[in-house]
Amino acid sequence: MAKRIFSQPGDHIETTAPVTVSRYRGFTRANHWVTAGSLIVLLLSGMALFHPALYFLTGLFGGGQATRWLHPFVGVLLFFSFFILFLQLWRLNLPRAEDVTWVENIGDVLKGDEEKLPELGKYNAGQKFIFWAMSALIVVLIVSGVMVWEQYFPHLVSIPARRWAMLVHSLAAVAIILTFILHVYAAFWTRGTLRAMTRGTVTGGWAWKHHRKWLRELAGRERRGPAE
Amino acid sequence: MTTDPKLDSPRTAVANPPIQPMPTNLGAGDVIRASAMPDLAPPTRELTPVAKLIDVSKCIGCKACQSACAEWNDTHPEIEHNTGVYENPHDLTPEMFTLMRFSEYDNPETGDLEWLIRKDGCMHCVDPGCLKACPAPGAIVQYSNGIVDFIHENCIGCGYCVTGCPFNIPRISQKTHVSYKCTLCSDRVAVGQGPACAKACPTQAIVFGHKEDMIAHAEERVADLKSRGYENAGIYDPEGVGGTHVFYVLHHADKPALYSNLPENPRISPVVEGWKGVTKTLGLAAIGLAAVGSVLHGLLGRANTVSAEDEHEAEELVDPNPPPERT
Repeated sequence: MAKRIFSQPGDHIETTAPVTVSRYRGFTRANHWVTAGSLIVLLLSGMALFHPALYFLTGLFGGGQATRWLHPFVGVLLFFSFFILFLQLWRLNLPRAEDVTWVENIGDVLKGDEEKLPELGKYNAGQKFIFWAMSALIVVLIVSGVMVWEQYFPHLVSIPARRWAMLVHSLAAVAIILTFILHVYAAFWTRGTLRAMTRGTVTGGWAWKHHRKWLRELAGRERRGPAE
Repeated sequence: MTTDPKLDSPRTAVANPPIQPMPTNLGAGDVIRASAMPDLAPPTRELTPVAKLIDVSKCIGCKACQSACAEWNDTHPEIEHNTGVYENPHDLTPEMFTLMRFSEYDNPETGDLEWLIRKDGCMHCVDPGCLKACPAPGAIVQYSNGIVDFIHENCIGCGYCVTGCPFNIPRISQKTHVSYKCTLCSDRVAVGQGPACAKACPTQAIVFGHKEDMIAHAEERVADLKSRGYENAGIYDPEGVGGTHVFYVLHHADKPALYSNLPENPRISPVVEGWKGVTKTLGLAAIGLAAVGSVLHGLLGRANTVSAEDEHEAEELVDPNPPPERT
């Protein structure tokens, strides 16, 4: 079997008429949703402690004390959950030459005119940006978060270091929430994307339009019969 | 004297309690600032500012103030081991709101070995870093008489006050998960009494009253110290935090760090200001705009859709020559 360059082991053409392509197996989807759920809990509990206007959100978690207790544990859950996701996704998110062209022609992407752009593998530069931004910000957040985890690490770092950790944690939190909004928005805007993380499959047309090199590789693999 | 019920703030700590019961004279209507409550109602009246003056030159290090503090506040500091220093306990704790800190200073100018003893505890800043940092509405309040108080039922134990305080004062209890510090005996002041530490001090190194009176007294003390050869004697009432309602007379006011690292120019750290100022405001605005903008654009804008042609192209690619039906 040919070596995979643009696809993940497990990605395959599921049906041919009409074409559906398996993009994420069940484990990856479950992993994604655990990560997403943790991020949403962290977002709500963190925002509650970030701005007085949102303190009422602590009510969702059983009050201020409970929110203060819960937030860091969910942070640890997110870190490990994302780490498992990272191990599965990082290779196909490495930058490639066509990403530069894609970014240079971002205007065409926004117009939905992707025909002029180079053919792409499993991820485009926007998806790769989200992946690496999430990866970097989660590392910054877990490190700065542990530094200010009063209940278990009250004396881990000096008070001046804690002040910096607090500032960095807030800035990184704002950045990751913006990244999260972009991620969700892009998934909705690009119709046909959400089902990749719910049912696990996308239509052939979606793969043709957005990730043609990925589809070509999978189609090429399908054509080789098992007896070959 | 404090027994006068018409006085809004007590003028001394040495008077004995009034005979007749007295309603509390410090309440919600006296709060001028509360944590995470930017739209607080203005206070209903203005109390006379109070202050505790600690004259380190008169302190004999007896720790009566610590005992009185623990007794009045009903705290039970852990019994620790003697490590060869006089501090006991080793630091401020959730059960010890004030601590005598001892330092030995070999004065190069006089050749004297000086034993500098400073009573450490909350300074009750006019611009309190703890209050600025606190995310829990009403967990930290400041009264118009200057007292900064922790309201424990609103505290969530996050430790942001520790991050905000320029003097390293608040301590979070691992048992109750709330923050503790000196209250300036707000519960005593409310009924015309001075703080327990000031009442217990045998040398009147700790005195309490209206801030104006205390400043006048401190100036007398500084003049006296200067006449005795302490030419750098002075008042420590740091401007960087807007002044404090607990302040010191120091014999070496030019070198506050001699007194167990009393900060030279304390102020709320610019890092904390950045976190609680521009980051908080602009951060929330950016998130709000991004969220609203993407929802609106998602509803009103044109989506990126896949055409029937794309689907057809995919079918061609995957299976260009569909085989005839097999049986």
